[in-house]
Amino acid sequence: MTTTPRWRALTHHHLFWPVAVLVVLLLVNVPFTPDFFSIRMTNGHLHGSLVSIVLFGSPLILVAVGMTLVIATGGIDLSVGAVVAITGALTCSYISDQSDQSALSGVFLAMGIGLLAAVICGLWNGFLVARMGIQPIIATLIIMVAGRGVAQLITDGQIITVNSEPFKMIGGGYWLTLPFSIFVVAVVVAVTVMLTRRTALGLLVESVGGNAEASRLVGIRSRRIKIMVYVFCAVCAGIAGLMISSNTSAADGNNAGLWIELDAILAVVIGGTSLLGGRFSIGGTVVGALVIQTLTTTIYTIGVPTQTNLVFKAAVVIVVCLLQSPKFRAKVFRGKFGTKPGAKGGTGQPAAAPADTAPAPEAAPKMEVS
Amino acid sequence: MLNRRNFLTAAVGVAAAGGLAACAKEDEGSSTSSSGGSGGGKKLTLGFSQVGSESGWRSANTDSVKASAKEAGYNLKFSDAQQKQENQISAIRSFIAQKVDVIAFSPVVVTGWDAVLKEAKAKKIPVVLTDRSVETSDESLYVTLVGSDFTDEGRRAAKILEKVLEKAGHKGAVKIAQLEGTTGAAPAIERAKGFKEVMDADHKDDWKIVVSQTGDFTRAGGKQVMAAFLQSNPDIDVLFAHNDDMGIGAIQAIEAAGKKPGKDILIVTVDGVKDGFVAMSEGKINAIVECNPLLGPQLMEVVQKVKDGETVERWIKTEESDFMQDQAKEVLPSRKY
Repeated sequence: MTTTPRWRALTHHHLFWPVAVLVVLLLVNVPFTPDFFSIRMTNGHLHGSLVSIVLFGSPLILVAVGMTLVIATGGIDLSVGAVVAITGALTCSYISDQSDQSALSGVFLAMGIGLLAAVICGLWNGFLVARMGIQPIIATLIIMVAGRGVAQLITDGQIITVNSEPFKMIGGGYWLTLPFSIFVVAVVVAVTVMLTRRTALGLLVESVGGNAEASRLVGIRSRRIKIMVYVFCAVCAGIAGLMISSNTSAADGNNAGLWIELDAILAVVIGGTSLLGGRFSIGGTVVGALVIQTLTTTIYTIGVPTQTNLVFKAAVVIVVCLLQSPKFRAKVFRGKFGTKPGAKGGTGQPAAAPADTAPAPEAAPKMEVS
Repeated sequence: MLNRRNFLTAAVGVAAAGGLAACAKEDEGSSTSSSGGSGGGKKLTLGFSQVGSESGWRSANTDSVKASAKEAGYNLKFSDAQQKQENQISAIRSFIAQKVDVIAFSPVVVTGWDAVLKEAKAKKIPVVLTDRSVETSDESLYVTLVGSDFTDEGRRAAKILEKVLEKAGHKGAVKIAQLEGTTGAAPAIERAKGFKEVMDADHKDDWKIVVSQTGDFTRAGGKQVMAAFLQSNPDIDVLFAHNDDMGIGAIQAIEAAGKKPGKDILIVTVDGVKDGFVAMSEGKINAIVECNPLLGPQLMEVVQKVKDGETVERWIKTEESDFMQDQAKEVLPSRKY
């Protein structure tokens, strides 16, 4: 195969591999479900596999977007699953105590209370990481472990069912024939991209991730930036918590958001953000989250036996991560995709390889002060 | 893997330790005071170690044990293991140290009980299992098991499905979708086994499980898996869910796909929690096979018999019923959990 410059440019785009994997995964479904791509109108809203993927994937996209910024500062947030559970539990228990569960004011207040709890969790994480200097993985472990207990205390170990039409909207409702959650995700992603790429904020975040101390010395308030990203991440998790509990109209303190932190980290990695910090790609994360959700849906539709679910998932994830690694591609494809063996510079960010092999993506120059 | 409730466990552990210490003291006092009366009219002491409080079913189970112990006039020493075997073993050891009359517990896991059960046997304290069984090299280590027969629940689900199909006037081939419980959990394995048994025996030609996948016993899982099922197999006739919660989630997915749960797709679930009965009274579930957590009264009966030295059966099965849709409205107000 000859490598034209255009093809080279395409395969070198940081979103090429995640998108390629997503497309392949979607196509895998077609032989098993011939009308996989068909979307039809049912009861005044669109219905189909693609709609389901976006609907069920929305909470993961949100959590992963928040996680992206935390990881960009060189941190990690393991507490998001617990925050999901706490937010859902608080909101649903407040709504279920109302005499009129469908009253808009009550629903908004309930969601406000839930999100406030999320902000507090985020402040706590940020405080521990930025002010106390505790390793992020340990600092956020505290809420990951304790938070689910808190959620269970709130729900009394029971599943709280609510019967509120307005609340059902955010995670299970439809607007303009599309799932309402798509709009929520679109707004959050758009705002995040605007704030990080149209202002200097993204640059500051990456700079803190690259070298926090150097950033501080050049006048960036790196601690404040860190606290901010943990709060942002917790709020994203909080909104995801609202969606998950709204989707089933119930708060399940035991299971809501269970292990979502791991899926979110995976989505971030698939999307090409380095776990070492210093660079990130929101678009990549969104694609990464869609890859994971599509994988889940694929397992259900092609009829993988229950016992082999996780093995199947693991195999796909390994393949995706290997494809992301320029070194692996260089060895296997021998320059077929424009990457010559031993050549410096790959397409996306290597999943596990050191950060020095990939060029900085997009408009964000990498600030490395050593 | 990290236990998500470490923190709570620690807190409860401290509280429980304090509580047990207090109990021990109280017990000493009572035993010295009753030693003169040659034991006549002395309260029976039962040590009970619960798995945890992981679900509504479990909370109902705990309440039932506590309430019926009180009713029977027993002195109940209750300990919550927070899903950890080591907590449960130390609770049982403390029961032995306190010389309770009978020990009852719901084992967190199946294996690893021989040592502590031998200690109980050496002190001649009879052990009764509730809800779940254990694997042991020496059958004499426990007296009996009071609990549900999950395989039979699967069989009953298949049997009641026959009735449901007949009532709905469904003829010919039946395409069944199955929502399994958590992979590897005993209720999931055995309910599937029991259902398949009846299917293979009586309906080899007309029934077929076209899709089967785990929904992790949760509503969110049930909803997501069912949404995918409806895409890959739009012509599903019947849904068999291993618990009510997955069934409730699936109902939402069926409605979102523009079908009528309970009519276009007939639904049979297991458990019988309150929300399940609510859905059934709305006509969205066709039949529920009960898995009864209220085994307190039966347990107390067995405990008394064991204490009196009577022989009891090795497995005392919980009293359970099956419910069809027309019974839902009538039963609903009496559901406690």
